[in-house]
Amino acid sequence: MKTTGAAALIEALLNQDVEVVFGYPGGAVLPLYDILLDSPIRHILTRHEQGAAHAADGYARATGKPGICIATSGPGATNLVTGLANAYMDSIPIIAITGQVATDMIGRDSFQEADITGITMPITKHNYLVKDAKDIPRIVKEAFHIATTGRPGPVLIDFPKDVSTAQTKPSHPEKVELPGYKPTYDGHIMQIQRVAKAIQHASRPVLYVGGGVISSGASEEILKLAEICDIPVTTTLMGLGAFPATHPLSLGMLGMHGTKPANYAVCECDLLIAVGARFDDRVTGKIDSFATKAKIVHIDIDPAEIGKNVRVDIPVVGDAKRVLGALLPLVKKKSHDEWREQVERWKAQFPIEYIKDGRLRPQMVVEAIAELTQGNAIITTEVGQNQMWAAQILKPVRPRTFISSGGLGTMGFGFPAAIGAQVGCPDMLVIDIAGDGSFQMNIQELATAVGHHLPVKVAILNNGYLGMVRQWQELFYGGRYSYTSLANANPDFVKLAEAYGAVGMRVTEPDEVKDALREAFKLDQVVVLDFRVEPEENVFPMVPPGGTLDNMLVGSQLREEGKQ
Amino acid sequence: MRHTLAVLVQNRAGVLARISGLFSRRGFNIESITVGRTELPGLSRMTIVSEADDATLEQITKQLNKLIEVVKVSDITADDFVDRELALLKVSADARNRSEILQVVEIFRGKIVDVSEKAMIIEVTGDEEKIDAFVQLTRPYGIKELVRTGKVAMVRGAKSTSEDVAQAASK
Repeated sequence: MKTTGAAALIEALLNQDVEVVFGYPGGAVLPLYDILLDSPIRHILTRHEQGAAHAADGYARATGKPGICIATSGPGATNLVTGLANAYMDSIPIIAITGQVATDMIGRDSFQEADITGITMPITKHNYLVKDAKDIPRIVKEAFHIATTGRPGPVLIDFPKDVSTAQTKPSHPEKVELPGYKPTYDGHIMQIQRVAKAIQHASRPVLYVGGGVISSGASEEILKLAEICDIPVTTTLMGLGAFPATHPLSLGMLGMHGTKPANYAVCECDLLIAVGARFDDRVTGKIDSFATKAKIVHIDIDPAEIGKNVRVDIPVVGDAKRVLGALLPLVKKKSHDEWREQVERWKAQFPIEYIKDGRLRPQMVVEAIAELTQGNAIITTEVGQNQMWAAQILKPVRPRTFISSGGLGTMGFGFPAAIGAQVGCPDMLVIDIAGDGSFQMNIQELATAVGHHLPVKVAILNNGYLGMVRQWQELFYGGRYSYTSLANANPDFVKLAEAYGAVGMRVTEPDEVKDALREAFKLDQVVVLDFRVEPEENVFPMVPPGGTLDNMLVGSQLREEGKQ
Repeated sequence: MRHTLAVLVQNRAGVLARISGLFSRRGFNIESITVGRTELPGLSRMTIVSEADDATLEQITKQLNKLIEVVKVSDITADDFVDRELALLKVSADARNRSEILQVVEIFRGKIVDVSEKAMIIEVTGDEEKIDAFVQLTRPYGIKELVRTGKVAMVRGAKSTSEDVAQAASK
């Protein structure tokens, strides 16, 4: 049967079991939106295309399914760029569909024309410009296949207006044929045997777990490996939730703002098993001094990650779940009492601490959220101090319950991501731990949350500063606070929430924190909590930029040196 | 070290931009790049010459392989291979020195492809050194214009770089 290109596209999306899309209409996508209106696909109207991209991202992270976003040509498409770059850095499957001017208008600087395939080439796993309506079914199928398999990532489909109105007889291909795309899932068995042997010989092993374990669904295998072979586990920011943070073998996060036990363990270990992690500079600190005593095993689905940043002794290319599944039968029960005792000593000696002096400190809010939710919530974060306190203090126990912008460090990510997570998981409590700076970067999405009745809670750790930048200025720029204060013109977040039809609450005293949170969690409404926290609180411990992991700054140290 | 890569790609719009973009974005160097169709329908072959140390080369190869439209990457540097480049030179030539230039062209087994009163176009094929030498020898006569194709390369012997790809395609 003949139909239009737009209808063929929606049909192709339905073939991929798409239930929801996040988008913003405009001229070039009018034909698509016309079909969308009558389709069973739910459309979430965001208030900015960036919000749509991040919401699709949050949906994907929370559910494990690909997130879909739609924008019109030109500015609509360019507004998706940050969201795509964010998803690319964190390997999140997103399908972005952008309108484009008609094919005969391309290249003439037409109204609302932007070369979005050119612009997004380095920040998508792949992208397409659809030139012929008959290609739509194949391209959509390929796009979903590419986005969700191997190392996941965003794929963009640019869809010219005339292609969307062209008559076509869609024929949906049975399978995808991409001769240049064949991800390796099963690890090489000889390499896996070498890993088993290395584990057998190690006396101070550490598992270093990243976001790949979450996307591969390998948490159970990690837990088994850790318990059978008695291996302490540290996770990256992206890996939080992949291993229960409450487990006795958990070291917490490693890296720049990681825990001391995690960083010391990495420095002292004789075997470091990296799984689905990529040795990011925020993780390794000074690369030459990273894990110098260790033999390094690197298990990753992307061969290009192996050997990119550090020398690797035993590389295994493959899917984390399958590689660990093949490894488990090869390992024998082990215990490392001495090593475990050492790790326990560090954990006892260096907990995450802050001053409890009766003032409202941001850590207190995060602690209260952790205590009240007990891991039964999806928590997103913005970027900066709020993110690091959340990462340090929350104890996520399940994958896909901690959602944060890792690689790109995108302020304004957390709130739209929370909206996307709430759409994907309607029965979960979803909380965005925010800063007053980050929240204002996508604050317009309050209308989206209220309008679609997505009862997300936003906990603003309002310190009146771009806190992390201010912290660096305090520590490394002689306290010269160059344009990092927001306090003089911050809005009244309570009134602002109310103006959008959400609930606003202000908390200024430590003893009000839990009650306010309890009340907010009970409400079936969007709630913005404005926690007026200590303005110049810092995130510690901290590996100074370019420093080594065993040389962390802590708050008390600075106080002794009279710097604070 | 200088590496010669044979890269088999799907012949789709934008594939050259993807590859050159990858090189510039990741700070890899390209000395020359050529592209053209192959014996396999839908597939093009690029010959990329890049100066890179071993670690960088490994990254170049792996990152190229990540591109969806890249079907196969072979580093043929260590193989015994034939490489050729073609150059066209417009050289100043009049009645007085024309025969002298012709002798040089003869020695290099070049061809005269166009002659006018004051100049001629010479076509010369060979490896890079040969072309360099030829350019050097014709320079005194006055090179008005010079264009080189960049290198194409092929491994010697019966084995084909695209053999496995062709087999997979025919299945």
